[in-house]
Amino acid sequence: MSVNQHLLNVIDLKTRFYTPEGTVYAVNGVSFNVAHGETLAVVGESGCGKSVTMMSILRLIPTPPGKIVSGQVLFNNEDLLKLSEEKMEHVRGKEIAMIFQDPMTSLNPVLSVGRQLTETLRTHTHMDAAQARTRAAELLQWVGIPQAGNRLGDFPHQFSGGMRQRVMIAIALACTPDLLIADEPTTALDVTIQAQIIDLVKHLKQEMGMAIIWITHDLGVVAGMADRVIVMYAGFIVEQADVYALFDGALHPYTLALMEALPRADRRRAQKLKTIRGAPPSLLMEPRGCPFAPRCEFVHERCIQENPTLLEQAPRHLAACWVNVLTGELRP
Amino acid sequence: MTDAPLVRVEHLSKHFPVTRGILIQRVTGAVRAVDDLSFTIQKGETLGMVGESGCGKTTAGRTLLGLYPATTGKVTIDGHCVQQAKGKEMLTIRRKAQMIFQDPYASLNPRWTVGSIISEPLRVHHLLATAAERAARVQELLEMVGLNARHINRFPHEFSGGQRQRIGIARAIATQPAFIVCDEPISALDVSIQAQVVNLLEELQDRLGLTYLFIAHDLSMVRHICDRVAVMYLGVMAELATRDDLYENPLHPYTQALLSAVPIPDPTRDRARQRVILTGDVPSPINPPSGCRFHPRCPIAKPHCAQSVPAWREVAASHWVACHEVK
Repeated sequence: MSVNQHLLNVIDLKTRFYTPEGTVYAVNGVSFNVAHGETLAVVGESGCGKSVTMMSILRLIPTPPGKIVSGQVLFNNEDLLKLSEEKMEHVRGKEIAMIFQDPMTSLNPVLSVGRQLTETLRTHTHMDAAQARTRAAELLQWVGIPQAGNRLGDFPHQFSGGMRQRVMIAIALACTPDLLIADEPTTALDVTIQAQIIDLVKHLKQEMGMAIIWITHDLGVVAGMADRVIVMYAGFIVEQADVYALFDGALHPYTLALMEALPRADRRRAQKLKTIRGAPPSLLMEPRGCPFAPRCEFVHERCIQENPTLLEQAPRHLAACWVNVLTGELRP
Repeated sequence: MTDAPLVRVEHLSKHFPVTRGILIQRVTGAVRAVDDLSFTIQKGETLGMVGESGCGKTTAGRTLLGLYPATTGKVTIDGHCVQQAKGKEMLTIRRKAQMIFQDPYASLNPRWTVGSIISEPLRVHHLLATAAERAARVQELLEMVGLNARHINRFPHEFSGGQRQRIGIARAIATQPAFIVCDEPISALDVSIQAQVVNLLEELQDRLGLTYLFIAHDLSMVRHICDRVAVMYLGVMAELATRDDLYENPLHPYTQALLSAVPIPDPTRDRARQRVILTGDVPSPINPPSGCRFHPRCPIAKPHCAQSVPAWREVAASHWVACHEVK
């Protein structure tokens, strides 16, 4: 597969934070790609590096204390890490847009929603004020806000949580980006509102055809909307697969354990929940060995010594593990 | 389960006044957070209470324990009426009924050691006379919830979220209660930690014969841990049934929509499902809709749904529902 088929190609990205407590190894050599029009889900628990990876891609890491230590972020074959800040500003919002978990803190509370929408449009396109206003009303209506034209003058606090997330989506998609990065956009919402937002994003994607990176900790949401899935743990990608392959047979013990720890609303209770012993590791130590080894039920001597690389273990199915989870034996 | 229920709730309501003005406050309305709830909880049972934010489930849990005075209605816990109890009797209720809170960061005093946090209820209720006895009991409790007994002098910030929730659980079981209200005890925790805490709650229930009111919005976890489940919407109960009955045969249109919105971690099943996507948001509880409170969003609403409040009735054995359209 040649590189230029991909919209985004991240190669060996490493991000660290230099804090008074020590160096935080947040992202430790992450490589993945996103094809045009693809929905990639990134799953992992808090502190696994999923958000820091995305912030690094957009160069939104506060420096200091953070620093992108190495790696390449090829977007349309151009390394974003080498762009000037001026050119980067053109990429953000125009070509790559991002929506966040909490729409209340990512919208400006003292500017009207219309002002925030037209600002994006006027920064990145050649519209005049009147055109931008008309377009803003269209966008609000497009994301399902009733009486959109009358609500341009309203402020973020006058919208409910679900409606605010719709406004965020309207701002993000205003300039028809090629890639939308959504960082846990439905985590703060109730399930019925979450269903509305997921439905909306799926619908907008069909219309616009942009690629999506959807960050979440909810495997249920992943199952419903992703084409491909990346599982992260302690700043590493531990598994990467097509969504059906992943749920049919995960190859990394962490992914397997996560799925088994999850109760299901569509099944009768069979037994006690399986648990993962211990807690995620501190990122303050330079990783040695497999980061999941202390919690892994398949652990071997080799796992403590050497960190496995992410390798293709089945067609298009990558896992970073020395062990064959079906047999429990070390791979040859 | 033929014994008298441990907890009996009769027509419980809790309204909060809405006021205007800064110096001279006038009451201009009421947030009807909980309206006319009636249900019972048997000894040893886990009753789940689910619903979206603002549906009144937390208020219901707190009013049940008398942390908020009830506007009307009556709660009886193990034969003691929460609304009429005073002095010694109130202390007895406080000892028998405890609470576990959602946020393990906000519910522990950061300036107290774990030892003083867990022994506080023992001191308040004069359960153990000497400090040495209390320390021994705290160590026993720490071990019961899976923490290291030697960490008795540590402070909350030295523990992870899951461990802090264990401290909150140890504090709740310190007085040997019969009934615990668990208010979203796992929603602040990561998936791999949630299962640990849920299993701990179940172990303690078996070992100590506890009765739980488990308030949550995670419908998958509720199906796992609860015996019966109550669905709330805008301060009223929409449906109450045994666990598998509710999930396999939901009768109220709101329960149906809620269950169909829960993501299922199986791509084939999740994508093949028929979804009921509700339009709009939950209305304000200050002026809740007339008649059935769900009618403005209900996919099967008829004109009479806006006129009269549906009765809370038992349509099948142990299956209660409040809907005009359910036969």
